[in-house]
Order: sequence, then C-alpha cells, then structure tokens
Amino acid sequence: MSKERIKISPDLYDIMPSDYQDLVQSATYGKEDRGWKDIGTSKELIEQHSLCAGCPESMAFRYILASLPNPEDTVMVGSTGCTSLVFPMVAVHNIHSLFGNQNAIASGLKRALSVRFPDRVKDVVVLAGDGATVDIGLDMTLQAWFRQEKFTTICFDNELYANTGGQESGLMQKGFVAKMAPVGKLFDKVRLPEIARESGCHYVVNCTVSKPSLVEKVIRNSVLIAREIGPTYIQLYTPCILEIGKNSMEGLQEMRDSEKPTERFAYKEYVSEPAKQFLAELAAKDKERKAAAKQLAGKA
Amino acid sequence: MTQYRVLPGPEHFLPPAAASMGIYLPNPGEAHINGVIVPEEKAYEEAARQFLMAQVPTIFPGPLVLWAWNEKAAKKAAAVRKLYEILKECVQPGQKPMLIPMPDYRPKYPKINPEVEINPNHPNLTIWHNKIDCCMFIGVHCHQANLSLKIIRGGTSCYTVAMCAQAGHEDAMLSFRDASVEKILKLGEWIRKLKGTVKPRLTTAKTSASN
Repeated sequence: MSKERIKISPDLYDIMPSDYQDLVQSATYGKEDRGWKDIGTSKELIEQHSLCAGCPESMAFRYILASLPNPEDTVMVGSTGCTSLVFPMVAVHNIHSLFGNQNAIASGLKRALSVRFPDRVKDVVVLAGDGATVDIGLDMTLQAWFRQEKFTTICFDNELYANTGGQESGLMQKGFVAKMAPVGKLFDKVRLPEIARESGCHYVVNCTVSKPSLVEKVIRNSVLIAREIGPTYIQLYTPCILEIGKNSMEGLQEMRDSEKPTERFAYKEYVSEPAKQFLAELAAKDKERKAAAKQLAGKA
Repeated sequence: MTQYRVLPGPEHFLPPAAASMGIYLPNPGEAHINGVIVPEEKAYEEAARQFLMAQVPTIFPGPLVLWAWNEKAAKKAAAVRKLYEILKECVQPGQKPMLIPMPDYRPKYPKINPEVEINPNHPNLTIWHNKIDCCMFIGVHCHQANLSLKIIRGGTSCYTVAMCAQAGHEDAMLSFRDASVEKILKLGEWIRKLKGTVKPRLTTAKTSASN
C-alpha cells in the first residue's frame, strides 16, 4: 500500500474513516529508515487490537510491524490462534492459513509473487503461535526450511495453547502445569531454534520482546536475509499473562525475568556464513549511505 | 421458471443464495427486479422510485471506487458523489440520504463504527443503526457483495440495489450489470425525473427500528 501507488478517490475522501486517511497521509510506507522509534509519532500499521489488556503479543506486533523493511510489499501469513484475531487490524497484506499450514502457504505465495512480480521485491513473513509452528504445523515448518524457501518464520512462543484455555504445547517448559494440562509437562521444551539451524535456516534468534530496538534489528535482519539468502527463524517469547497467572502490568517483567543469561529466553543468535557476509555488506552500504546523507545535509 | 422472488427480508437466519433458487443473471442491456429479468430502462425507474420512497436511502461505495486505482475508478467515484448530491436535492423533508463507505472487507473486532462505515461480514449492524431502508452497493467485489446482500436479506427489511460492474447480483432485489459512469449518472437522471412524483415511506421511529 505505497502511498505513491494508492490514493483515495478525491470525491469520496471525506467519507473515508479517519484511519484510512491517516494511513495515506502519515504512515511510514516507503520510508527507508522506518523502525520502532516511529511508534507514537506516525500512523502505526496496527492500532486497535482484540488481545487482552497488557498482552505482550500486542507489543510484539507493534514492534514487528514498525520494523518490517518493506511493509507495502510484504505479505504476512498468519495461523489460528490469538494472532489471527489481530490480523484484521493490521495495515499490511495478510493471509489466514489453516492451522499449521502457514509455511506451506507461504512457500507457494513466495514463489507465485516471484513469478508475478519479477522486477519487484516482495517479502513474505509467517507469523504463528507455538502450536501452529511446532505441534500441528511442524511438518510444514521443517519442509519449508529443508527446501530453502526464502521467507521468514516468526513464532510467538507463549508456551501453551492460550487461545483455547491452556493446553500443553511442544514449546511448554518441562514440569509446567496449565489449566488444561494438570499433570504437568513430562518432557523438555522442544529446541526449535537448534532444529531450525540444523534444518538450513540462515538466521535464527531466540529472544523476548522486552527490548524494541533488539526486536527491530532481529526482524530487519531476518527479512533481509530471507529475501536474499534463505529461510530465517525467529522465536519470540510472548507470555500469555492470563495462563501463567500474571496481571496486565506484569508481562514486561515476566519477559525480563525469562531473558536472564541462565533462563530459557536468554538471547541466542545463529548466523550462517553467507548471512554473515551479507550483513557485513549491508552494514557497509548503510554506513556509506548515511555518510552521503550527512555530507548532503552539510552542503545544504 | 422459478417461483422464488428476491424480496426485502427478514427472510430468515440463513436465506438461500438466490442462484440456488433458480434466479439467474441478466444479459447485457437487461437488469433484474426481484429476480425477474427486465429491460435496463425499467430497472432505472424502479431503483429511482425505491430511493425516493425510502426514509434513509443510502449508497455504499466499496474499495473499487473508494480508492483511485486508476482514472476510471476516480471517475466512477465522482459519479457516485454526483448521484448522492442529486439524491439529496430530490428527497423530501424527513428523508435522510446517506453515503457510507465499505473501506475494508476484513471482519472488524472488537467493534465496527456503524455511523461511519459498513462491513460486509456484518452489514446488518450499519443498516440497523442508521435505520436504512434502501441501499445501493457500488464498487464492491462480487464475492463480498454476494455475502453482504444475503446477510441483509436474511436479517433486515432493507431494499437492496446492486450497481455491478460485472454480471450483476442475484441476491440483490434489483441489480444492474456492466456499471459505468454513464449508468450511474443515468440513475441520477431518473431520480430527478421522478422527483415529487413518489410518496416517501415516512414511518414512525418504532416501525423503522424493526429493520
């Protein structure tokens, strides 16, 4: 939805709800240096949402949408879960897949977009919960990585099936007792970041969304690497405050507690050699661009 | 020949698709009224009459005209605005024409604002809220229009007109096909022509609330 390409018909402009007018006038589409710092000062690509008060997933959505390098040419693929309630409020093209199908849908979509728009960069980003990514959709997730499909997979890991009342998921930690899993988890949390690395992902990160600048860097890297080199995987801890017995204000602290060096969401990053080289080239170009801009500003 | 007629509802909770009841679409140069194929000219007259009879005649422009995708879309938008202005000129005191956009097809949760928009997944909310008793869809993609027209027929007593740019809609009570700027403006001419000759259906607030 680049504002250069999409304009409201002038004769019907006044009847358009203000959200759509604002998207055209003050969204960050087409802005090269967009990022989390635009939140609050320009039209965000998500405003209302239907998640619970204080839900860390809503923070994650905000940061991710602010960090996509090319939102006007990005298609997000969602799956069943709390995230699917949010996508209708997102001002980026998106598709709702069947539960677990998301990486298969994204594979076809990415290939179709490459054929349909050979001269344009089109990014595909999968965003699904841990149930869709690791349990029900594990086959599709892994097969997409094995095939080296060029898109990013983001998993919102809340360590259970929150949307349906708290059933055990593969990413739940060992011993955890949930409302609908009273016996407690008997085996370890599935180590999907390691599996992703071994399955051919070129950039893998495991972290929380407590730090917006970190989320921005991770999302940007993952989308750009996926575009040029191959699959990337990001696992973000977005705890369900209701299911772990926390209050609305305690989500951020829960994430901070879980990212300490010995905890399960301590920041972990894997970058393949080709991806390292690509990021270095990108950084050099970025430096060059900034220096040129500075020089230009000095002359002006 | 089917005996089924596409009439204002509320028909029932799950009204059948009119196509499944034997209603078929008009050929070029034709339209349908209540599922009966008629010459297009007759449909202009009937649509104008329905607009002038209604207490809250409303135009629902969809994304195909709300956004200036190309020059043609912008021209259609201008024609829609002109039609609305004509409607405002031609109605009598007590009638309240409205122009409400359908900017998005995605269901909106937690709520829609029915005063400023209509959503195809729950169009009845906007119709109930504004007590709309006659509406016209224009610039709405066919699938979403069909869905919406069926919901309206199922749950409200609103008379529906479709100004379709393709082959028309069986689920509307009156449907044009091959909509163009000229056709939109021609409907405006018919509204002007019938101005003052049609008695508005001015009802009390109590009865109109049963929409």
